[in-house]
Amino acid sequence: MQKPFAIALDVGTSLANLTGSWRTERPVYVDLLPPCNHACPAGENIQAWLYHAEEGDYESAWRKLMESNPLPAVHGRVCYRPCETACNRGQLDQTVSIHAIERFLGDEALKRGWTIEPGAPTGKHVLVIGAGPSGLSAAYHLRRLGHEVTVHDAGPLAGGMMRFGIPKYRLPRDILDGEIARIVGMGVTVKLDSPVTDIPEQMKKGGFDAAFVAVGAHLAKRTDIPAREAGKIVDAVSLLRGMETGAEPPKLGRRVVIYGGGNTALDAARTAKRLGASEALVVYRRTQEQMPAHDVELEEALDEGVILHWLRTIKQIDGTTFTVEKMKIDENGWPQPTGEYEELEADTLILALGQSVDTSFMKTIPGVEIADDGVIDVDETMMTGYRGLFAGGDMVPAERTVTVAVGHGKKAALNIDAYLRGEQRELPEKHPAADFERLNTWYYTDADKTVQPTLDLIRRRTTFDEIHGGLDETNALFEARRCLSCGNCFECDNCYGFCPDNAVIKLGPGRRFEFNYDFCKGCGLCAAECPCGAIVMEPETF
Amino acid sequence: MSQRIKFYQTGTLTVGNRLLDAKDRTVQATLDRGNSLTSGHRACQGCGEALGARYVVDAAMRWADNRVVAVNATGCLEVFSTPYPESSWQVPWIHSLFGNAPAVATGVRAALRAKGRTDVKVLAQGGDGGTVDIGFGCLSGMFERNDDVLYVCYDNEAYMNTGVQRSSRTPPAARTATTPPVGNSSGNVFGQGKNAALIAMAHNIPYVATASVADLHDLEEKVTKAMGIDGARYIHVHVPCPLGWGSPPHDTIRLARLAVETGLFALFEAEDGEVSDVTHIRRRLPVEEYLKPQRRFAHLFRPQTDADAIGQIQSIADRNIEKFGLIGRNG
Amino acid sequence: MLKQIEGSFAVAEAIALCRPEVICAYPITPQTHIVERLSELVRTGDVGNCQYINVESEFAALSVAIGASAAGARAYTATSSQGLLFMAEAVYNASGLGLPIVMTIGNRAIGAPINIWNDHSDSMALRDAGWIQLYAETNQDAVDLHIQAFRLAEQLSVPVMVCEDGFILTHACEQVDMPDSEQVDSYLPPFEPVQVLDPAEPITMGAMVGPEAFTEVRYLAHHKHLRAIEVIPELSTEFEHIFGRNTGGLIEPYRSEDAETVIVALGSVVGTIKDVVDEMRDEGVSLGAVKVVSFRPFPLLALREALQNAKRVIVVEKCLADGLGGIVVGSVRMSLRGTSTPVYTIIAGLGGRAITKKSLRRAFNEAVADRLEDPHFLDLDWKVIDHELARSQEKRRSGPIAENILRELGLVGGKPV
Ligand SMILES: Cc1cc2nc3c(=O)[nH]c(=O)nc-3n(C[C@H](O)[C@H](O)[C@H](O)COP(=O)(O)OP(=O)(O)OC[C@H]3O[C@@H](n4cnc5c(N)ncnc54)[C@H](O)[C@@H]3O)c2cc1C
Ligand SMILES: Cc1ncc(C[n+]2csc(CCOP(=O)(O)OP(=O)(O)O)c2C)c(N)n1
Ligand code: SF4
Ligand code: SF4
Ligand SMILES: [Mg+2]
Repeated sequence: MQKPFAIALDVGTSLANLTGSWRTERPVYVDLLPPCNHACPAGENIQAWLYHAEEGDYESAWRKLMESNPLPAVHGRVCYRPCETACNRGQLDQTVSIHAIERFLGDEALKRGWTIEPGAPTGKHVLVIGAGPSGLSAAYHLRRLGHEVTVHDAGPLAGGMMRFGIPKYRLPRDILDGEIARIVGMGVTVKLDSPVTDIPEQMKKGGFDAAFVAVGAHLAKRTDIPAREAGKIVDAVSLLRGMETGAEPPKLGRRVVIYGGGNTALDAARTAKRLGASEALVVYRRTQEQMPAHDVELEEALDEGVILHWLRTIKQIDGTTFTVEKMKIDENGWPQPTGEYEELEADTLILALGQSVDTSFMKTIPGVEIADDGVIDVDETMMTGYRGLFAGGDMVPAERTVTVAVGHGKKAALNIDAYLRGEQRELPEKHPAADFERLNTWYYTDADKTVQPTLDLIRRRTTFDEIHGGLDETNALFEARRCLSCGNCFECDNCYGFCPDNAVIKLGPGRRFEFNYDFCKGCGLCAAECPCGAIVMEPETF
Repeated sequence: MSQRIKFYQTGTLTVGNRLLDAKDRTVQATLDRGNSLTSGHRACQGCGEALGARYVVDAAMRWADNRVVAVNATGCLEVFSTPYPESSWQVPWIHSLFGNAPAVATGVRAALRAKGRTDVKVLAQGGDGGTVDIGFGCLSGMFERNDDVLYVCYDNEAYMNTGVQRSSRTPPAARTATTPPVGNSSGNVFGQGKNAALIAMAHNIPYVATASVADLHDLEEKVTKAMGIDGARYIHVHVPCPLGWGSPPHDTIRLARLAVETGLFALFEAEDGEVSDVTHIRRRLPVEEYLKPQRRFAHLFRPQTDADAIGQIQSIADRNIEKFGLIGRNG
Repeated sequence: MLKQIEGSFAVAEAIALCRPEVICAYPITPQTHIVERLSELVRTGDVGNCQYINVESEFAALSVAIGASAAGARAYTATSSQGLLFMAEAVYNASGLGLPIVMTIGNRAIGAPINIWNDHSDSMALRDAGWIQLYAETNQDAVDLHIQAFRLAEQLSVPVMVCEDGFILTHACEQVDMPDSEQVDSYLPPFEPVQVLDPAEPITMGAMVGPEAFTEVRYLAHHKHLRAIEVIPELSTEFEHIFGRNTGGLIEPYRSEDAETVIVALGSVVGTIKDVVDEMRDEGVSLGAVKVVSFRPFPLLALREALQNAKRVIVVEKCLADGLGGIVVGSVRMSLRGTSTPVYTIIAGLGGRAITKKSLRRAFNEAVADRLEDPHFLDLDWKVIDHELARSQEKRRSGPIAENILRELGLVGGKPV
């Protein structure tokens, strides 16, 4: 076309005008640390596996999850869900039911027989002592890294407190067995009924290049209560353990008093109920709010008819009669005796005052330090004072949960791997937190949390059947899609669509976006309208 | 109008959503969108009009398989897109005058018809000044004849290109260069307003709609629907202007959204002169939320709050909500 | 084919023969009969594939033509007076965009006072809007010029106004030799635009141009007009070959070669002037005339040549630049640059006042005797002027002038107070 000069122009010629020079701030894509990930003691990248689950790609989701945690079906049931406590969605409506999706994925994997391949053999051999969650986790991760692993456990079955502590109604054993079997199936040698007493000796004998010890905390703490005539007293750990090993369920009588305020106390009380006790009374020194037991469990226990008697200490036992003193909380939050007493009647007293670590076989190892409260000191790589000996789980100073134990197992495995290669483990850089304030929550559709089905109360009070049901596919998908993907691009196309200057290049599904700084004027719309806060504006430097 | 898809996690609230069927995603979300208004244009940072125009023309182009001719009135959109020697347009496009875009479009339409090119669609566009003020005669004529033209007004509520003077779309109390809040005045007068969409409806043309850059799905559906109809069609798109409104460039979408959520800008569509659908307010908010971030309303809050003026603006919003039924089941 | 026909209808039928594809119009006297007839011709299918758009204003009319032309259609519109001014902005725009629109101007005065009768104030107001302006002396001229106008416009991508005097031509019934469609078709090929809005080959039309290129753009427009100076006579010659009539061209001298006094004028008044020339020649006065057909571009050289032997020049024009005098005369003087030929201006026929041979003779005689004041207002009633000036001197609120004059002339009751 013979266009007239200047008044008629060729189309698209403004591409010669690089408006990027107008910019004083530049948008930058970031991956922030979602609060759930930050809170997960097992180090799961929850947001990342939810991303796959949102698409209905459960296997990829599961595999992403398995990069950190080998026991999703277990965690989906027993983890205390610090991730959900942290979940930003809680500030919007209700938290994402992460555990329920995790459980769905774990169960799905068991149902479909998904497995994880071990890594290429390294020729190194690691000894793991204790087949609780921590030991199993270490074994799993070490196998993934290609190391040979032999696990020794003192008990008759693997699982540690997951089996001998946590009752069936919260963690059915076929689930536990399935997840353990999958780890064993990766080529882990498990030696049961074989307690290790001399670790250095064992390492030398077996030609192990390193060892990870996680024997847990099994020794029930006791307290001295003056007893004129001692009634029936059992400790909670033994009771629960007995549930797994003993052929005959223990006879507790009609009325049971449980002394303590932790999860163990509640599990003991709920077990007592299921064993036929008409009254299970938890006596606790402080207030209900101060109980270390988790809220969900307390609530469930109360539902099942467990009675709570807080601000009480047991002063004296006289057969089936218990004298308790009322307590009050002083200004520092400590319980103080009031001098007021009352009496209770009970057939059995279950002590649930916590557990301590059996450190006897560790004391002798050169370099190993025992901390004041009877736990083993480790450095930031989980290594004890004895080179090549790492420790984790309940026996080291930390919160005592399955999840922390698994996290220790993973961390120790990674450090053992580095140790075996004679290297220092490189820590991935910590991303800044994806705080709620960084989100543009307008874009998330309103969606209430999915509620898991729960067994009816009669059956909860009388059987050891699992209380909570899992989510079905649709529910799980729905729930996964409630995730806000805090701080991590989920390809909503907002930046791509809202840029007035077409300065966002879409790279295609799964490949996210790129800024075209030739044209970006730095208006900040992309950052403002990014739902998940994955774009930050930085001062321009040119 | 847009059947809001409540498909978690963001449904149809975001531009795209990888979880939705391709057909439920926007044109703007597609990898191969036309970018009818391409990069290098000279719109201010965060310009809502640049955004609105790309949304509209891209959607129209998608519908018509790129067989679109665009006519543009004088105004920011024209100036920032076609300063010699560079054009940002990727459509056949003509700018004639400030007030004649509807008529020029009629002419283009007539020419194409005379040549048997009914497959080519004609789109005319202009600012609120070019449309609702100076071009209103031509627009009304185009409507009355039911010429086969889709006219789109980008309403940024003032004459921006000439330096932010009042137009008949400037809201009451707003500061513009010709309505300074000095002396006893609190900015623009509280007049009767001029709802161009309602006036368009009074012509009984087959399709009229209002839209917002903050609701892309809704906007694109309206454009797409309009493209499928013969005769005169009108879409009035609300496009915040950071320069004229005195708002941070990154607030453009937020303000457009607040205008909708407060009820100040009602989203509706009308067929053959009757309102046929409204987009409900999702989370109703008081007008202050919308007014506060904009410097053109700053005098309503400083040095002291002008409760009277704010109250009057709130009642405008309330009236809209009442009149159009903006609070619905989903609101 | 010779036909006794009203001027407007003749023009309408000529337009129809040019096969415009888009016609848009808004009524204004004295243009109305043209567009009325065209609406009929379009509806009866006599124009072929043509869209006739009834618009809501002249501004819209020309805007529709702009759009149509930009989209590659042959576009036509017509207007007069207030209508032309109402579309003024678009008039400049059409030429700025280089769109070959043809527009008929049924010349009429501009108000206030509102007046529907003929003079040239309207087209003269827009003489420098970038359009070519051709002035018709007769309805035959009008017909022929329109056909040539489309050729010219499309060849140069420039819009053309064909100006014909309202009523005097538009409403006059005279004999016109109407061309047939074969002739027109062989003279006027289908429109081949240099730029067109086409999705297959998109372009941007009507860009904003700043100081860096505006002068060049304007020069190129000027250049088109300079080209038109060459093209107009060529097209006229070609026209003569096909139609057998010598119309068009830049100017048309009439007994001027050897004349001492040459009258320059445009439009229908040239006919009267020719009669006066003949009469006065018979009386021995050395008089001639030159008709300016193309006022824009102004044929400086052709006119200079035509006037080279003249001892004096008289410009008769139907428009007025207040405080200055004539408008046409400025261009005439420019063509005589460097000569000492005196040029007289006669302002005549404003608002439709009849230009009589008698008055012209009187004025010409004065000029020939070099006694004519410049500018001279033909048949100006000095009595009225003097009285009105005196009256308004006396009293500030002296009332509307037009009405007072009518009273003074006794056309309405009562004397002005
Ligand atoms: C009743 C109860 C309920 C609980 N509920 C929950 C809950 O719901 N959620 C949660 O997160 N946490 C819960 N916990 C805590 C959780 O079970 C523990 O924190 C966790 O199991 C610790 O794991 P670990 O691997 O460190 O030790 P353990 O699980 O205790 O495993 C240690 C293993 O080492 C073996 N072992 C011991 N000594 C030796 C030796 N010398 N040689 C070889 N093997 C040895 C043991 O046989 C055992 O198998 C609960 C604890 C109890 C007691
Ligand atoms: C006839 C005419 N009058 C005035 C102007 C000056 N002018 C150019 S753009 C403009 C304002 C445009 O306002 P609007 O149509 O709202 O578009 P915006 O720039 O706000 O997008 C004005 C007044 C003009 N170009 N033409
Ligand atoms: S929206 Fe576009 S122009 Fe604005 S900061 Fe983001 S990339 Fe840059
Ligand atoms: S003044 Fe307003 S409408 Fe104009 S380019 Fe700037 S932001 Fe856009
Ligand atoms: Mg505007």
